[in-house]
Amino acid sequence: MATKDIPAAQDAIEAQDALEARERDLTELIRVAVPERSLRADLRAVSIVWRRELIRFRTDRLRAVTSLVQPFLFLFVLGNGLGRLASHGLPAGVDFETFIYPGVLAMSVLFTSIFSAASIVWDREFGFLREMLVAPVRRWAIVVGKCLGGATVATFQGFIFLALAGVAHVPYNPVLLLTLVGELLLLAFTLTAFGVMMAARIKQIQAFMALTQLLVLPLFFLSGALYPLNGLPAWLTVLTRIDPLTYIVDPMRHAVFAHLSVSPLAVNALSPGVTWDGWLVPIGLSVAMVAAIGLVMLAIAIAEFRKTE
Amino acid sequence: MTPAISVSQLTKRYGEIEAVRGIDFEVAAGETFGFLGPNGAGKSTTIKILCTLADPTSGTARVAGHDVVRERDTVRRNIGLVFQDTTLDSYLTGEQNLRFHADLYGVPKAAFAPRMRQVLEMVGLWDRRGGVVATYSGGMKRRLEIARGLLHAPRVLFLDEPTVGLDPQTRVSIWEYVNELKKREDITIFLTTHYMDEAEHCDRIAIIDHGKIVAIDTPEALKASIGKDRVQISTADDQAAMSSLAEVFGIEAATHEGLVTFSVESGEHFVPRLFAEMPVGIQSVSVSRPSLDDVFMSYTGKTIRDAEATVGDRNRMIATRFGRR
Repeated sequence: MATKDIPAAQDAIEAQDALEARERDLTELIRVAVPERSLRADLRAVSIVWRRELIRFRTDRLRAVTSLVQPFLFLFVLGNGLGRLASHGLPAGVDFETFIYPGVLAMSVLFTSIFSAASIVWDREFGFLREMLVAPVRRWAIVVGKCLGGATVATFQGFIFLALAGVAHVPYNPVLLLTLVGELLLLAFTLTAFGVMMAARIKQIQAFMALTQLLVLPLFFLSGALYPLNGLPAWLTVLTRIDPLTYIVDPMRHAVFAHLSVSPLAVNALSPGVTWDGWLVPIGLSVAMVAAIGLVMLAIAIAEFRKTE
Repeated sequence: MTPAISVSQLTKRYGEIEAVRGIDFEVAAGETFGFLGPNGAGKSTTIKILCTLADPTSGTARVAGHDVVRERDTVRRNIGLVFQDTTLDSYLTGEQNLRFHADLYGVPKAAFAPRMRQVLEMVGLWDRRGGVVATYSGGMKRRLEIARGLLHAPRVLFLDEPTVGLDPQTRVSIWEYVNELKKREDITIFLTTHYMDEAEHCDRIAIIDHGKIVAIDTPEALKASIGKDRVQISTADDQAAMSSLAEVFGIEAATHEGLVTFSVESGEHFVPRLFAEMPVGIQSVSVSRPSLDDVFMSYTGKTIRDAEATVGDRNRMIATRFGRR
């Protein structure tokens, strides 16, 4: 090697050494710093599982569009078509669309929430669930992150529908909108928790979808989304009172009717509230019940995912 | 120094089936240790227990000095995993997959970016980090999984059949990355494979068959322990050839992979005698130094491909009965 090359060669060696030293430092640095398990670490896990749902939703526009089709059909096609017939029974100043709007709003969240939970079944099928289950975090963090993610995505979906309130002659009142958003979030969370609970047990996507189909429409039809809850045949009265969805559709409709300028008589006829054998269930209790159901399902889901082989 | 892995009297039953039947072994820190055996021999079950994904029926296992049942989370923090089946989110980019992992494993935020660059450069994916994983090839996905397994600087890296389902060229390149990794990171590697040639990359290997360890040593020592060369001949009449081998030379032969196979000392000197004294016509002959294949055969009485054929059914039965978790 010629003398004049030596400094250059040395530079190269030094640069290489520096690079290797830096890499060694990095390895050391990270190894020392990997923290003990803590609530903070679990919350970080909740956050990333949640954010993943949002990223997935953002990149999957098709899903967003398709899950809006059904509620649109209900509100505009069924609402308009059936509205002609129903208008004879409606008090003056209330459209059929306005009447079914809260129920269809709930429906727009129904599908998205359950499909979000279905992603757990997909994750299992494609192995990603394993990446989550083997991580050094508590299982509750993953389940809660998933439920919050599903709830957020579904509520976004609800926003689109909320924006259409005017078309159904529902006023854009800030208090009303905030109330509806809160109720939507609660509904979406409970439904996702329900879906995640099922996904813990049902490992095939086909079975999960079939069960969803079996459950979703009865839940919707029995919830009083499309008709008032008073004066029904006894058997239907019982079924509507069993359907958990009833207890969120009613508060939503209550909120909407509180912001319409219609006669108290019309409110009584169309939004009579849920009664148990003549006793009027307070709105607060309805909402609390839905929240309680959601929490119980979340607890079951967490317990299911805690099991190991 | 505490061993990276120590396993004692480990068993695992799935209902009637005993997948692991009392195994003991230790892996020293910094070692590359291979679990070699056919599908269904108990490799994946063992790795699942070591990774805390399954509880042992009895016995104990410690990884990085911690008990896999009682100190599950400490074990999890100290291990990296690359599974047989991909566990990437194919809708996310490579970088997003790593970020997800970093948050789940609590990698300090300041360390994430440089460490991500380091591991991605190691597997040659730095330039592709922004691409959605669905657009990656099979080899790229596996490399991304290796990078992800290393992201939180684990003390033990588990590779469960790291090259299964990849084409030969990609297999070679995966091994280049793994060998590079051994040089660069102070890490213990525990891997399972049913490819004999891959087991050669290990410092030590354990041969596992029907849920038991039948041999455990360095590849060289295992091959030396055989002492004999393997001769395979194709003949016009295998049955006649086998019986005359027994009569004339006192050699017990068997058919493997359609060839009459037997072991003799210094095979190259034996072949001329074979031609001179065999009454049955020989169409071709091959002599090989002991390979891990022969080691496997001498300890289990069959080649690994024969073994695959017989355990395949058992394995499928386990798979269908217990599903995936």
